[in-house]
Amino acid sequence: MKWHVLRPLWLAIGLVVVILIARQFMVPEDFGVHGDSFTYNFYRLSNVQEWKDFPVKHQGRESCVECHEENVTTLNASPHAPIECENCHGPSVGHPDDVELLPIERAREHCLRCHASLDYPNHARSELPNVRDRTHKRRRECVTCHYPHDPREKPE
Amino acid sequence: MSCSRRDFLKQACGGTLASVLPVSAFTFLSPEEARAAVENANVRWAFLVDTRKCVGCGLCVKACKNENEIPYDAPVTRTWVERMGGRDGFIDNVINGEEIDPDNIAKAFFVPKLCNQCDNPPCVQVCPVGATYQTDDGVVLVDRDWCIGCGYCIMACPYGVRFFHPVHKVADKCNFCYHRITKGMNPACVESCAFDARRIANLRDPDDPVTKIITTERVAVLKDEYGTKPHVFYIGLDENVR
Repeated sequence: MKWHVLRPLWLAIGLVVVILIARQFMVPEDFGVHGDSFTYNFYRLSNVQEWKDFPVKHQGRESCVECHEENVTTLNASPHAPIECENCHGPSVGHPDDVELLPIERAREHCLRCHASLDYPNHARSELPNVRDRTHKRRRECVTCHYPHDPREKPE
Repeated sequence: MSCSRRDFLKQACGGTLASVLPVSAFTFLSPEEARAAVENANVRWAFLVDTRKCVGCGLCVKACKNENEIPYDAPVTRTWVERMGGRDGFIDNVINGEEIDPDNIAKAFFVPKLCNQCDNPPCVQVCPVGATYQTDDGVVLVDRDWCIGCGYCIMACPYGVRFFHPVHKVADKCNFCYHRITKGMNPACVESCAFDARRIANLRDPDDPVTKIITTERVAVLKDEYGTKPHVFYIGLDENVR
C-alpha cells in the first residue's frame, strides 16, 4: 500500500487503541449487564447500594414516641390520628441532637390543605370538617382556637 | 462405506439435535440454584393510588421534597397531585387566576402522579451512557455519577415524571424512596398520606394486602396503550385523566 494511505490508517488505528486503553481505566469494574436485558439492565452495580444508603429523613411516629409519649397518645386517640407527626413538625432526622431543626408548622395555610371547602360534589374533601378561608376568622392562626393534637379540644 | 437414505436421515437428525442442545441442558438444578438463577424474583415493587380518597392536601409532595432533597422552591418535583402543582395543597377554587363557580363543577378530583416504574421503561432505552436502569426488583434508578445530563430520558418519559435536578445537574425521578422500601419502611409520600390514598405493594408477595387489591379489584394504569407496562395502579381513574 502507498505511504499516503498508510499514514492516516495508522493514525486511526492508534486512536482506537488509545480509546480502548482509556476505557479500561475509566469504566468501573462493576459496569455491565446485571440481569436479563442489555437494554434495561446495563449499569454500574454499586449504584444500587448508593441509593440504598441515601439518608432517611422521615423517621415516623415510632421515633417520636420515645420522648414525646404524651403527645403521641393524645394524637392517637384523636380524629387527627392518621396524620404523621412529621407532616406538621418536619422531617425529624438529626432532631434529638439539634432541637432547632424542627420548626412547627402553625400557618393557617397548612390546616387549609385539608380543611378548606372546595364545593366539589361527591368528593372526599367535602366529607371533612371544612371552612371557607374568606369568611372564617380571617387572618388568625387556626391553632389559637383548635388544638391540633386533638381538634376536639381547645388549646391550653 | 455405504449409507442408506434412512440411516443418513436418522444420523443427520440426531446429530443436529445433539449439537443444538448445550451441556447445561442436562444438568439438574437444586431449588436453591433455581432460585438464585432468577435472583430477587421475590420482590417487584408496585404502587396503588386511590383517587377517591385523595383530598389534595399535597402533604405527600412536601414530604417527598424533604425526604429526597429536592430543592423546595424550585419548580421541580418527583411526585405531584394533579389539579396542577400541589406542594402547598389546594385551598381555594381559583384555577389560572379565575374563580370557578361551584355550580359549574360537574365532577372534580385529585390525581397523585409519580414514576410508574415501567416494566418496559422508555427512559432507560434512550440513555446513551447506561446511567439509568431497572433494578431486579423493578425500580428504575438514575446513576448520578454516570449521568451526563443530556435530557433524552426526560423527553422520552410519556408520563413526564423526570426532571433535571437543579443542584446535581443530572436527570432525577421518583424511585419509590428506594432507600426506605429496601429497609422495610414505606415511601415518604405513603407515610405522610393521612387518607391511605397512596400505598406501596410487593407484587410477588401474594399475601401483601395491597397486592390483593391490585390483583382482585378494578384498577387502571396510565397510558396503557403505550406498552410501557406501568406499575402504578389507580382506583377510580376517570377517562379524562391521561
